[in-house]
Amino acid sequence: MKKNSKFANLYLVIIFLLMYLPIGVVIVFSFNEAKLPVRFTGFSLKWYQELMGDSAMLQALVNSLILGAASCLVSAVIGTFGAVGLSRLHLKSKGILEYISILPLMIPEIILGMVLMAFFYMLNLPFGMLTLLIGHTVFCVPYILMEVKARLVGMDPSLEEAARDLGASSMRAFFDITLPLIMPAVVSGSLLAFAMSMDDVVISIFINGPKLSTLPIKVYTQIKTGVTPEINALCTIMLAFTVIMLLLYSLIRSIRRKKNR
Amino acid sequence: MNKLIQLKNLTKNFDDQQVLRGINLDIYENEFLTLLGPSGCGKTTTLRIIAGFEEPSGGEVLFDGIEISKLPPYKREVNTVFQKYALFPHLNVAENIAFGLNLKKVEKSVIDQKVGKMLKMVGLEGFEKRDVTLLSGGQQQRVAIARALVNEPKVLLLDEPLGALDAKIRKQMQIELKKIQQEVGITFIYVTHDQEEALSMSDTVVVMNNGEIQQIGSPTDIYNEPENRFVAGFIGESNIIEGIMIHDYLVEFDGFQFECVDKGFEDNEEIEVVLRPEDLDIVEPQDAKITGVVKNITFKGVHYEILVETENRIYKVQTTDYAEAGREVGLKFGPEDIHVMYRMGAY
Repeated sequence: MKKNSKFANLYLVIIFLLMYLPIGVVIVFSFNEAKLPVRFTGFSLKWYQELMGDSAMLQALVNSLILGAASCLVSAVIGTFGAVGLSRLHLKSKGILEYISILPLMIPEIILGMVLMAFFYMLNLPFGMLTLLIGHTVFCVPYILMEVKARLVGMDPSLEEAARDLGASSMRAFFDITLPLIMPAVVSGSLLAFAMSMDDVVISIFINGPKLSTLPIKVYTQIKTGVTPEINALCTIMLAFTVIMLLLYSLIRSIRRKKNR
Repeated sequence: MNKLIQLKNLTKNFDDQQVLRGINLDIYENEFLTLLGPSGCGKTTTLRIIAGFEEPSGGEVLFDGIEISKLPPYKREVNTVFQKYALFPHLNVAENIAFGLNLKKVEKSVIDQKVGKMLKMVGLEGFEKRDVTLLSGGQQQRVAIARALVNEPKVLLLDEPLGALDAKIRKQMQIELKKIQQEVGITFIYVTHDQEEALSMSDTVVVMNNGEIQQIGSPTDIYNEPENRFVAGFIGESNIIEGIMIHDYLVEFDGFQFECVDKGFEDNEEIEVVLRPEDLDIVEPQDAKITGVVKNITFKGVHYEILVETENRIYKVQTTDYAEAGREVGLKFGPEDIHVMYRMGAY
């Protein structure tokens, strides 16, 4: 027993080191005065100031946020209705349909990116925000679809029947009963989709066009010109943003649960 | 009494499977009617067709004389209590009950008053703000009943509503359901596979099997005068014996002729006889026509269950008398204990 727990502890230490040490280093060096991440020479907010002055980087951030929000919103609607629709189908081909719906997750990103580029080119669509939005929606929908589908499986089908029995049309029954009950799944799926959209490089780089840059693309292309600690500062800000979002989400959930008691 | 619902030659197929094979049934105002049968007999499908969740493949559903089989559930004057209650988990007790009234845009003060009245009737006063997911099974069931009845339906449909409750609460709820039905004075259509539940609550019992109605009658009729082997076997325990109806009031089985109270069969018709175990008495061999040897005796609390092996078969007897295994005994019963029924195909 004791031996086992020793191994478990060792495992934990390794995992934490692997996962959080690099993040810790990035955070620490974002406050470093020197340019080279070798030695900590002194505390400074210099890189944050520089980041604030870097309009191209900020524009990329804004682009990514808009793209993330828009694609996550569009795919939330498509994914939710898709999952609800699928759950009501009683066909033999249902399994195949479900498989096709989540296929974008299994196709290698590089292929998906190339295919989308060729497709948009064929359609003569100008590369930019619209193509990015469509592309991101393609791989965001499955996340929401899967989450909502899992939630629907656990839901008693007689709930919606009860609503219809009590005088609700099918539409009212969906919006009054089903939607509020699957909302947590829609939200968590959307958060996941947003995160995926925010850090996608491979697909975006094929379809972003010459002028528009998203944050991950910007960071990626910077490697060619040399990484400055500005990137550290950016990563730290984004990390903080993610943590705050997650905290908010769990806070809202716990408040709602308390209210119900 | 008026006919409220009429089912005429109702059929239902799921894919290739025929679930209902021509159901004809009249349901009256203010009646407590139970659809009783084993699982898969079509009782729940019949209920769901009345509620509007399924469309029949053939036949008619008349409500107050008007054909309604194509009408969606929300336009019907019936409400349902579901097997697993189907309470809305994101709404509290009062919001659940008020759901139907809110859809009808009833005034807030009226809703509050009606919800209060319903909660009082089902014995849950003061539960308005409670979370439905934290209630016990019996309490959830009461909320489900209140939620359905607050809409003042003409018919309440109950789909095995007590199935998920433990035995003690189930007994108590049976009594309360019957009381509520008499209080609100509407028709209850109740689906169950529990014969005791059906007999103790209903005005009319409809025994179903294999998508067909086997017998319609009052609980005493169904118990005392089962029409065929299935009904006799499903309702209570019984000894079922093949025999011949010599003529009215005289039946022959196991090589003896017995007087009985049944008539209306053909002379010399092949029939089956039901002898309820509790109607049989153990007597000395010389006092009875049918004799046998006690094979087994089991103490059941109120009575003993004795298996008596005779020349032709083993009889099950329930009696308060004791007879040890191996003893030779006679089986005694009166003419009124013999229930003659039509013979039907093998089961």
